[in-house]
This record gives sequence, structure tokens and C-alpha cells, in this order.
Amino acid sequence: MSYLDDGRPQPVKKLVDMDYLLNEAPREKHFITGAQAMAEAVKRANVDMAIAYPITPQSEVMHLVGDVFAQGHIKEYYRAEEELGTMSAIAGASRAGVRLFTATSGPGLMRGLEAIVSWSGHRVPAVLGILTRVINAPLSIQPDNIEMAYMMHCGAVMLHAENQQDTFDFTLAAFAIAEKVDVYIPVAVATEGFFVTHAKGYVDMMSEDLGYLDFDSVASPVPAMDNETPPARIQRDAPVQKSNFMSYLIHSVWQQEIWDSNKRAMKYIYQYLGGPIEVQNPEADVFIVASGCAAAQAREAWRYAQEDGLSVGLIKVKAIRPFPADEIRDVVKNAKALIVPEHNIIGWLCKEIKATIPNGGIVVEGPRVYGGMTLPVELIMKEIHDALGLEYDLQL
Amino acid sequence: MAEKKKIERYNIRISGLGGQGVVTTAHILGAAMDNAGKFASLVPFFGSEKRMAPVEAYVRASTQPIYEVGEVIYPDIIMIYHSQVVTHGKSYTMPFYTGLKPNSLIIINTDRDVLFPEDVEVLKNLNATVVQFDATALALKIAGTELATNMAMMGMVLGLTKLVNIDNIEAAVRERFLGNSFVASGGTAALDSAIEKKFKKKEDLLAKNMEVITATFAMADEVDMSTDETIIQFDV
Repeated sequence: MSYLDDGRPQPVKKLVDMDYLLNEAPREKHFITGAQAMAEAVKRANVDMAIAYPITPQSEVMHLVGDVFAQGHIKEYYRAEEELGTMSAIAGASRAGVRLFTATSGPGLMRGLEAIVSWSGHRVPAVLGILTRVINAPLSIQPDNIEMAYMMHCGAVMLHAENQQDTFDFTLAAFAIAEKVDVYIPVAVATEGFFVTHAKGYVDMMSEDLGYLDFDSVASPVPAMDNETPPARIQRDAPVQKSNFMSYLIHSVWQQEIWDSNKRAMKYIYQYLGGPIEVQNPEADVFIVASGCAAAQAREAWRYAQEDGLSVGLIKVKAIRPFPADEIRDVVKNAKALIVPEHNIIGWLCKEIKATIPNGGIVVEGPRVYGGMTLPVELIMKEIHDALGLEYDLQL
Repeated sequence: MAEKKKIERYNIRISGLGGQGVVTTAHILGAAMDNAGKFASLVPFFGSEKRMAPVEAYVRASTQPIYEVGEVIYPDIIMIYHSQVVTHGKSYTMPFYTGLKPNSLIIINTDRDVLFPEDVEVLKNLNATVVQFDATALALKIAGTELATNMAMMGMVLGLTKLVNIDNIEAAVRERFLGNSFVASGGTAALDSAIEKKFKKKEDLLAKNMEVITATFAMADEVDMSTDETIIQFDV
């Protein structure tokens, strides 16, 4: 085991499958930040290599993962040149058949995006943490999740965590989902910077003496490359080297395969995370549909509405890709209005939902806050009351 | 159907100036709620850390778990630690009562009535109760230092709301000053050692802080919260 004796501790772990690790192993309650929760998940995921050179603004995640490396829970940590270098190194390292983790935020995600969007096509089963931050000018370091919109069309599986507990669970599950033979594409786990990453919440965690089973490079649909004796031709026949017709054909088949792989991830989202959505009060007239930290605000609004005896339900969207279109369509088939609170100006979740249901007119566009602003529960309450034809005075 | 019990829930916005212990109060309030087996979440908000710069901290306190995060935009309790927050607009929120919910409570540390007639009109319409008292003078009188101003403010809000009992508070204050488990920032650490120099022993500091809190609890007991009066003024 100790092929690399560099003086770090070598913790002895009991390696178990993800079903046991995530859903059966006994847990203890801890009070930690969202960044800590992600690092704690990485600690238990038996990661071979972490790669990062996080630029500002960031979360503490890759710093904490560095601590996890120093404690011996990760075999290798490579400090890349910058974000594009990080994301390219992830692609390169994955060719050796290892389990990989990196995390980034806002501008860093944008900088690494060229490499990230090629991961799916290159069948890189890495886990990417996205701790959302403002990307637009003027300069700011506040949380705003518009960056997720840029990630939604590259084939990667995307999970959106509501709180610290989700961040821990989703990150662990991500490793298992990414490496399934019939998936084998990257999984991004996103949560809001500051509101979740910098804030403490209760997280039930299993013992760190447990670890996820070793990465099985033999079971991988993409053969690992032996870099000691590299093949003469490193690249598979690239479409660009073929005739135009073959180029179109190869690329289109490949893209279809990536999105099919993305769809096939859904059954594992059911297996490990109990499904892509959580529904409260399915008989309601009005639903709040939200993902990530907005789901926490929505949950609070839903609870206030319950107290007031209003017919309001909650749909928390855990998976952004694959998007749970069938599941949402089924729940809201009799709904009169859907309220979609978001932490970005374009309303990417709102657009997805509108495109999903046959009667998009019932979708209320907002409330939205951006630039990292707090999303007051009262704004959601105002929309609920408007939808139900009731008065609600914000007293501004 | 049986009538549902409303969740006991307070969204508190604390505005003050750097050095007055605004963020420390938020942490102690949170810990006191935790000690009482209740729930709290808190968000500090400050720009540059320096004395007399505006500081805000937000505390949510409830008998139920709290999901909501971020700043409190619509408070039902506002605590003002320095009259300049009102008179000079030294605040991130202008005017200081922006977003105040109806039937709310405002506590202002001041030696005189700082409200303008137009403010009083707004607050009257919201059916707010404004308690004004000189927390700094009280801190000086009892603890011998204005650094205990935050204790007086905290005692008043907890005395009026009865969110926790005095034992819960004492445990939280003890934890804060004797526990060595928490440092909000370098500035706070420096301030802590300044306070500690004032009191030879940390136990003295704790005792004096608790005396201030006990005194404000007694003052709070005199307040009739059902009164129609908008402003309640205390002489210290």
C-alpha cells in the first residue's frame, strides 16, 4: 500500500461500498462549515489525487483538502499552474485511471471551463466542487450562482446542495455516480459560497476510518494508460482527421452517448440520494421550486405558509443534470402556480422548469436576487400571497 | 383540526459601531439559545474592522430548527448600540428601521430620545415598541467599563423576550470569555485582552458582566409590553 512513503501518516481504513458508506454506516453529528463538509466527504472517498490552484474568490475547500492530504487520506496533491492548468491536469491524470477531485468558484470556474467542458467527451469521471461566487464585473466576491448556467450544457452530472449536510452527502455520492460504467462522466457538486461554505451547520458524518472502495480502473470503460510504456499514438482517432462526413458522424454519436450517459446517472441519484427531487405537501395549489441555498429559504417560506394554513408545497431540486423533468411534471400537474426563487439574475432554474411543463405560464419568474445578495424569505411569501390572491405587505 | 401553535421565532438585527461588541453579542445570544435547547443562527457583517465603523450582526432565534440563511432584511427585533446609528446614519441599513415588521421591538442605547417625529410616526403605525435606555452609563455604573455595554443590551433583549433564562446566559458568557474556544477576528482578540487587563481575573469580568445582565433583567421586568405607548424611556 505504501508505495509513497513521504512521511505523512498512513491511516488504515475499512473500505466499503457506497450504499453502506452513505446509507447504512452509523453517523455522528458535527457542527461544521460547508467547506469543511466537502473536505470531510473527500476524506472518506479514498481519493487518489487532488489538483488545484484556486484563484480568488475561493472557498476553503481545496485548502482543507490539502490538510486531508497531509493527514494521509489522499495519495497525491498536485498544485497546478492556475485554473485552466488544474482542469487540464485533471483530464490528464484521469487517463492513468485514478479517482480525482478538484473544486473551484466563480471566476476560477470560468477560467477552467474550456478544459472542464471537454471532460465529458474525454470520459473523465472526476468530481468537481463548485462553490458559487459572482463572476460578472464589477469585481465582487459574493455568492451568486449564475456560473452554474455555464456548466449546464457540457454533459456533466450536476448536483446542487441546499446546506452543509447535502454538501457532504452529495460529494460522496458523486464519486460513485461518476465512476459507474454506464455513466463515466464528471459529476459537479455545487453549493452557494459564503451562505453554505462559510457558515456552520449540523452534519451527520460516518467515521473517517471508513473509506470508499478503491477506484477500479479495470472496470472502467476507458482503459487506463500505462504512462511508463505509453502507446505510440496517445489520441484516439480524432474526428478532425477524418472526412467531413465521418467527422459529423463520430461527433454526433459521441455527443449523444455523453447525454445518454448523463441520463443513465438518474438511477444512481435515486439509489444514493433518494431521487433528484424532494417534495413536501404534494397536493398543494402553489409550489415553491428551488435548488441549492434557495431551497433553504424556500423551506422556511413553506413552513411559514403551513402555519398560516396556505396550500403551499415545496419541490427541492437536487439534480440539475440530469434534469428531473418527468418527476417535476408529475408533481405539478394540478398546480396553479410555481414560484422559483433563485440566486442569479437570468433564472436558469426557472427557464428549465418552464421548458419542462406543458403549461409554462403558471411559472412565476422569481423572486431573484443577484450579486450575492441575501434572498429574504419574505420575498417568497409575497409571491405566495400574490399567487393565492391574498394581500401581503412587505412594509418597505 | 387542533389549532397549531405558532413557532416562536425572532429575527434580530443588531446595529452598532466597531468595538461595541455587536458581533460578540450575536455569538453569545446564539450560544445562550443553544444552551437552552433552542435554535439560533447568526451572521456577522462588517466592512473594515475598526473602532467606530458601522457593524451589523444578525441573529435568528427559534424554538424550531432554522433553515434560512443570510442577512436579516425584515427584522422583528432591532438593537441599536450607539445613538449615532440613528442620528448620523452610521449603519448599513438606512433608516435604521428599514424592513421592520409590525408589532416589533426596538432597543436603543442612548441617554436621550433620539427619534425624530417622522420616525415616531412610522414606528407608531407599525405598532412598534421602542425601549430607550443608557446601556453605556449602566455598564459604567455597574461594571466600571463601557465595554460591558453589549451585556446591558443583551440583558435587555433577553429580559423583554424571555427567550432564555439567566443560567443559559451565564453559561454562554462563561463560554465566550473563559472558554477560549472562539475568536471572531484579530481585532476582537486584541479587544478581549484589553478587557481582561481591566479585570485582573477573568472570573471578575464574568461576575461584573452578569451583574449588568441581572440589572437589565430587573429593568425589563418593569416594562409593560402591552402598552399603547410607542416609546419607553428609562433613566439609568
